[in-house]
Amino acid sequence: MLELRSVGYTVHEGDTKLDILKDISLTIDDHKLVVFTGPNGGGKTTLAKIIMGLVNPTSGRIIWNGQDITGLGITERARLGISYGFQQPPRFKGLTVRDLLTLASGDEKMSKDRCCQYLTKVGLCANDYLDREVDVSLSGGEVKRIEIASILARNSQLMIFDEPEAGIDLWSFARLTETFEQIHRTGSATMIIISHQERIISLADEVIVVGDGSIRHRGSAADILPQILADTLGGCPVLTKGGADL
Amino acid sequence: MMENQIDQELLEKIADMLGKPVGSFNIRKDSSCADRQSTENIQITDKTDGKSGIEIRIKDGTVGEKCHIPVIITKSGVEEMVYNDFFIGENCDVEIVAGCGIHNCGDQDSRHDGVHTFYVGKNSKVKYTEKHYGGGDGRGGKIMNPETVVYLEEGAFLQMESTQIRGVDSTKRNTKIVCGKGAEAVITERLLTHGNQTAISDMEIVLDGQDAKGRVISRSVAQEESEQVFYPRMVGNAASFGHVQCDSIIMGNAKIKSIPAVIANCPEAQLVHEAAIGKIAGEQLLKLQTLGLTEEEAEDCILKGFLA
Ligand SMILES: Nc1ncnc2c1ncn2[C@@H]1O[C@H](COP(=O)(O)OP(=O)(O)OP(=O)(O)O)[C@@H](O)[C@H]1O
Ligand SMILES: [Mg+2]
Repeated sequence: MLELRSVGYTVHEGDTKLDILKDISLTIDDHKLVVFTGPNGGGKTTLAKIIMGLVNPTSGRIIWNGQDITGLGITERARLGISYGFQQPPRFKGLTVRDLLTLASGDEKMSKDRCCQYLTKVGLCANDYLDREVDVSLSGGEVKRIEIASILARNSQLMIFDEPEAGIDLWSFARLTETFEQIHRTGSATMIIISHQERIISLADEVIVVGDGSIRHRGSAADILPQILADTLGGCPVLTKGGADL
Repeated sequence: MMENQIDQELLEKIADMLGKPVGSFNIRKDSSCADRQSTENIQITDKTDGKSGIEIRIKDGTVGEKCHIPVIITKSGVEEMVYNDFFIGENCDVEIVAGCGIHNCGDQDSRHDGVHTFYVGKNSKVKYTEKHYGGGDGRGGKIMNPETVVYLEEGAFLQMESTQIRGVDSTKRNTKIVCGKGAEAVITERLLTHGNQTAISDMEIVLDGQDAKGRVISRSVAQEESEQVFYPRMVGNAASFGHVQCDSIIMGNAKIKSIPAVIANCPEAQLVHEAAIGKIAGEQLLKLQTLGLTEEEAEDCILKGFLA
């Protein structure tokens, strides 16, 4: 179980103080699929990075399986079963797709077949990719799918995916949602998926809308989806307010 | 041949040799020949012009054969200057494995200066690998100055892989390749320096004949207080294509200078160079940590991949 208690993240830029996350509290039970959604810049990635240890909160506590992990580093959290697929995965000159999957799995002798299985789950043909370097020669969508495959290979208790749909073609996307559904159905992991996709939101046990560094709404997909759609139809509040002058 | 554990270790590191190699070979140890074997197609003889070194003659049409010519120095204070000449016939496809390992337990410098000259005949393919490694805990320096000169005749192909593994205190490497008509050279250089080591690599690829191709891929890592300087030059004298790519990772207080040059003496020459120096990207380290590696393990993994 993951618990965030009054997590806040404030940065200082010159004289101005920016509250990027404000007093976030939430609990995620084991085997749940929770979607974080909300406007760009709302704080979703920052929240995910705080859970992984990539960003240190300026206030609040993070509790994982009853243990306070607020002070633990990235490696320690990874070893305790937390994983995070980057929104913009870095590239590595000289590391092949196979190297990355092997590292992720923690099993130096991972078979080629196993590697292939993970790649298939994200819609990649293993034969074409296993020996390719994860460098600039791969397209954005390819790197993104390899990143997701590495999280699948890691097989952690908690998997966080940051906009897994970004840049991914329709066929791979369909394959990917099946994979998420399957993990969810078999209860093999707890998942937090940051997403803007209706299809993924509709898979969630719970949807958390993060905006302006706070939790705006939370509820079931059935409750939240109509609200999001209503907000969208409402348009941009600034533009609407200034509408008369335009 | 008397082979002790240090010899074996060096030979494995620099020439991937486990025991006696198959085919032709010449093992040079502490400035003399420790063992040699010629084959029907690959003849190895002492040089006859009074200089120290060997001549390797490979018959026309030799395909699929290997030649190992490692050099090891296990005594402190050995200094040598060696000339090895390779005469490779036409239509060959051969692999040559060189390399130098110095194990220095003493206080005197040990130095190997080697000049390798290759004459590669028409339409022959040569893979040439050399690795350099220094070990031993003496205060004496481990110094290697390899010079490689290659003349590729029409349609010949050279794949050269040169690697400085670690432990070489000072190196000045000179490489010159001349490509004739339709000849192609692919040179991969990998270099690691650490401590107070210095490395200078001067490379010139001359694309002399029509449709000649040259490609240089240089990857280096400079750690601690070490210093590296690269001068890769690609010269296009004919309608040809040349590409130089230098990538370096800089760490600690190291210094790296990369001064690539592309020189076109013909309007049909197409030459490109790219050079980049930077530290390991923070995001890469973080990503590997999220996979459970410690920061040190992540760094190791990135460097290993980069130099692989
Ligand atoms: N270290 C920082 N310094 C200044 N601003 C920051 C810092 N980190 C994040 N921010 C800001 O915090 C806000 C939230 O960023 P975050 O990346 O978490 O948003 P997001 O919800 O993931 O957005 P998107 O949907 O575009 O991915 C943004 O306005 C961002 O510019
Ligand atoms: Mg984001």
